[in-house]
Amino acid sequence: MASGISQPRETHIVDARIVDARIFDELREIVGPRGLITSREELHTYECDGLTNFRVLPRAVLLPDSAEQVQKIVRVCHREKIPFVARGSGTGLSGGALPVENGVVISLTRMNKILEVDIPNARVTVEPGVINLDVTARVAPQEYFYAPDPSSQSVCSIGGNVAENSGGAHCLKYGFTTTHVLGLEVVLADGSLVHLGGKTLDAPGYDLMGVFVGSEGTLGIATKIILRIVKRPECVQTLLAAFPSTNEAGAAVSDMIAAGMLPAAIEMMDNLAIQAAEAAVHANYPNCGALLLVELDGPVAEVAALMAHVDEICKKNSAWEIRVAQSDAERALVWKGRKAAFAAMGRISPNYIVQDGVIPRTELPNVMREIGRLSKEAGLRVANVFHAGDGNLHPLVLYDRRISGQEEVAETLSGKILELCIGAGGSITGEHGVGEDKKKMMSKMYSEPDLETMQRVRCAFDPLQLSNPSKIFPRPRLCGEKPGEYVAHPLETAGIAERF
Amino acid sequence: MDASVSPKTSLSSTFESDVRKVVPAEHVRAAAASDAVAGVQPTLVVEPGNEQELAKVLKLANTAGLAVIPRGGGTKLEWGNPPERSDLILSTARMNRVIEHAWADLTVSVQAGCTVAKLQDTVAKHGQRLALDPLWSEQATIGGVLSTNDSGALRLRFGSLRDLVIGATVALADGTVASSGGKVVKNVAGYDLPKLVTGAFGTLGVITRAIFRLHPLPKETQTISFLTVDAMEAQRLVLAIQNSKLVHSALQICCGVEMQPRVDILFEGTEAGLSAQSAQLKLMAGEAIQDDSTSEVWNRRHEMFSRTENDGDSFAVAKFTTLPAEIAQTAEMIGKIAASGLRWGAVAQATGIGLVRMDGAVPDIAAGLRRMREWLETRGGSLVIEQRPAGMGELEAWGNSGDALGLMQAVKRQFDPQGTLNPGRFVGGI
Repeated sequence: MASGISQPRETHIVDARIVDARIFDELREIVGPRGLITSREELHTYECDGLTNFRVLPRAVLLPDSAEQVQKIVRVCHREKIPFVARGSGTGLSGGALPVENGVVISLTRMNKILEVDIPNARVTVEPGVINLDVTARVAPQEYFYAPDPSSQSVCSIGGNVAENSGGAHCLKYGFTTTHVLGLEVVLADGSLVHLGGKTLDAPGYDLMGVFVGSEGTLGIATKIILRIVKRPECVQTLLAAFPSTNEAGAAVSDMIAAGMLPAAIEMMDNLAIQAAEAAVHANYPNCGALLLVELDGPVAEVAALMAHVDEICKKNSAWEIRVAQSDAERALVWKGRKAAFAAMGRISPNYIVQDGVIPRTELPNVMREIGRLSKEAGLRVANVFHAGDGNLHPLVLYDRRISGQEEVAETLSGKILELCIGAGGSITGEHGVGEDKKKMMSKMYSEPDLETMQRVRCAFDPLQLSNPSKIFPRPRLCGEKPGEYVAHPLETAGIAERF
Repeated sequence: MDASVSPKTSLSSTFESDVRKVVPAEHVRAAAASDAVAGVQPTLVVEPGNEQELAKVLKLANTAGLAVIPRGGGTKLEWGNPPERSDLILSTARMNRVIEHAWADLTVSVQAGCTVAKLQDTVAKHGQRLALDPLWSEQATIGGVLSTNDSGALRLRFGSLRDLVIGATVALADGTVASSGGKVVKNVAGYDLPKLVTGAFGTLGVITRAIFRLHPLPKETQTISFLTVDAMEAQRLVLAIQNSKLVHSALQICCGVEMQPRVDILFEGTEAGLSAQSAQLKLMAGEAIQDDSTSEVWNRRHEMFSRTENDGDSFAVAKFTTLPAEIAQTAEMIGKIAASGLRWGAVAQATGIGLVRMDGAVPDIAAGLRRMREWLETRGGSLVIEQRPAGMGELEAWGNSGDALGLMQAVKRQFDPQGTLNPGRFVGGI
C-alpha cells in the first residue's frame, strides 16, 4: 500500500495509547478472564479473515456475551482512543475483519442466541454470532427459510453478513442481506446503544439501517438483528445445461431475461472451473466450454411452464446436454460443485486470487474476451465462476507463490480485471466487500466528492474513526472539518496530521 | 439549525441576479400563492435545466442562508411538517428525461423530474416495469417518490424503493454533486447512500438522478376479492395466505365504518400458474364470500385522499405501520377511537403498512390520531400524518423517531449544516 494512503490513519495509531496492563485489567473485569485473549499464540487465530494475504496481530481479542459487555468494551476503547474491529466467523474475503495495529478485536461468536421466532409475522430476532444456516434450520419445520445464502453459509455469522451485505446465488430473485434485515440494535463507537429500523416497516426517520448494512463494521457493532424469513416455495427445479462456450451460455441468459423470467438463480462456470469442481467433489458435470445452472422455484404449474421455456432457450443457444435435477439429492449434488468452486481451485493450482467484480450482464461476451486476452498476456490461467443472472463475476486468478514474481503478476492481473469491470459500467465488488483488499480501487470507481460524501456518514456515526478504521476508503476524511469548505482539523493545526 | 442564520423574508437582488446567471431568466420566477408549501409562502421558483445548474443554485442559496424546498410534481408537498422557512422552490420539472433504459440488463437510469408514468411507459416498450405502484404516478416524479419513500400494494412482493433503487446522484447544500451505487444490481462498494436519501424528505440533498432495477411485466394478472364478517376473519385469511405457498404480488385488507371488511389479492404470472393458484386460494377462503373484483381495488390508496367532504367535515389521512398479524387489532382500535363521532376507513397491506382516513371535526380528528399514534407506538409501530386539514397544524407529522434521533441529527449536520434544505419538515425538527 502506498504510504500516502495510510498516513492519515497513523494519527489514530499514534494517538492511541498503548494498551497497557491497567486497561487489560479493566477489560477483563468486563468480559471475565475467559473473555480476554492476550497471548501471542492465541492471537494468531485472529490475525486475518478469509483473505489470508493480509495479517495484523491485534493487541487483544475480546469475547463479550451481551450487548451490555460490548457497550462497556467500546466505552473503554472510546475513552482510550483504541481502534476496534468487530469480527464474526472470520470468513470474509476482503479483509474486512483484519485487525488494526494496536487495536483490539471484538469477536461476537459468543453472542449466538436466536432470541425470538415469530412465524405469523415472518420475523426472527438473532444475536450477531448466530450462523446463517442455523436461522433456516430453526424455521425449517414451519417451512420457512432465511434467503441470503453466501457460499459460506454453514459457518458465516449473521453479524458478518450484515456488515458485508452478503449475497449468494439466490439473490437474483430474493435480494441481498439488506433486503432481509428489518431492524438492528447497534453499539455506536462511543458506546451508546441505538435501534435502527424495527419489527415494523418504515420507522420514521432516515434509513440508517440501510446505510449500516454493508458498512463493513465501520459504523458500529450490531448486537441484535431482526430478520425477515421467507416461506419455502412449493417446488424447486434445477436445470443444468452444457454449452460450447461462455458466449452461448451468456446469450441463453440474456434470452431468459428478455423473455421476462426471473429465475431464483442463474450460475455459470467455465471449463477450468468445471474441471476443478469435478476434481474436488465429483459433481458429475459434463466437460464443456461453459455450464449453466438455472434454478426456478414457485408454484408447481408456474415452474413447469417456465422450465419448458428455459429448456427451449438453452437448446436454441446450442446447449448440447440438458439435465433437470429430479430429486433433492440430485439438486444438492448439482449445487455442491458450484458452492465448492473456490475451494476446488486448490486441486488445479497451488494458489489463487478470488475476485468479485460486477458487470452489466450484456457486457459478458466483451469482458470474457478481455479476461482471456489479459490472462494470456500475463501467462496465468483464470477460471471463471459467475452469478450470471446479476452479472457478478468471480474470476479466479491461478498462480504459484513459489515461482518468484508470479504473485505480483497475479495481483496485477486481478486488478486489471476489476478495472475492466469498472470500465464496463460495473462494480469492484458485488458481495465480498471492499475491506482492506479493494480500497485502492475505490477511487477508480467513485469520484472524490462521492467518497467524501460517503465519509460524511462515517463522521456522523464515528467522528473519532475507531470502529474498523482504515477499511473501505482509500483516504480517510478528518471529521473535525466542516463539510464543503476547508477548515483546518485540530490535528492538522497541531501538526499531527497532514491533508492530501 | 444554525442560530447565526436568520430567516429572510425577501431575497436580495444580488442573489436573484446570481441565480439568473446560472439558470436562464425564463426559468426563474416569483413564487405565486399556489407555490406555498403547507401554508408557508416562498419567494422564488427556480427550474434548473440540469444537475450542474441545480447544484449551483443550491450552493448560492446555501451561501445566502436561504431555505430551499425541492419540488418534483408537487403531489405530496403537504406531507411532513410545514417548513420552518421557505425562500426558494427548487423544481426538477425540467430535468425529466429517461437517461438510459438498459433493457437487456433490466435497469433504467432516469432524471429526478421524470414522472413515474413516463418512466413506466418507456420501460413498458420492452415489456418491463419499475415494480412500484406509488400514488398519483401521472404527476409524481421519481425524485419526489424517492424522497417520500412512497410505495403501494406491490411492495409485498417486490419490496419498496430501498430494494429497487441501485444508484443515486444527489446535490448537497454546499453544491457537492455525489453519486453512489451504480447501474449494476449487485454492488456493495461503499456506503449505500441511495437508501439514505430514500425517504429523507429532501433534507440531506436534492436527488438529481436515480438508477433502478426493473422487473418483467407480468404476462397475466388476476385480482380476487373476498368479503369477511369482520376484521378478525379478514386477518385470519391474510395470515393463512401469507403462511401458504401461494405467490401473490399484493394482498390487502380494506375496512371502515359501516363497511364489510374485504380482502383483495393479486396474482401475476403465467395463465397456468394463475388458475392453479386461484383454485388453491378458494380452498383456503373458508367462510369468506368471494366478491366481484377488478384491478380497480388497487386504487384504494388514491381514494383515501379524494376530497369528498360531507356536511362540511374535514378529513386527515395518515400512514400507519403495525405488525402484519396485528392489522385487525389496529382496525378494531381505530373503530373504538372513531366511535366518538368520526367516520373512518382504512386500507392495510399484508406488509403491515396501511393508510387510515378520518372524517369529522378537526379537534376530534386530531384527538383520534393522537390516540391511534400512542396505541401503535407502544406496540413498535408508527403513525405519520400525510394529509391534514387546516387548523390541525399543531399535530406533529412523524411521532416518535426512537433513540437514533441524535444520530439522524448528526447525519443532517454533516450533509446540511446550515439547515438549508426543507428546514423543520422531517423528524425531530430536522
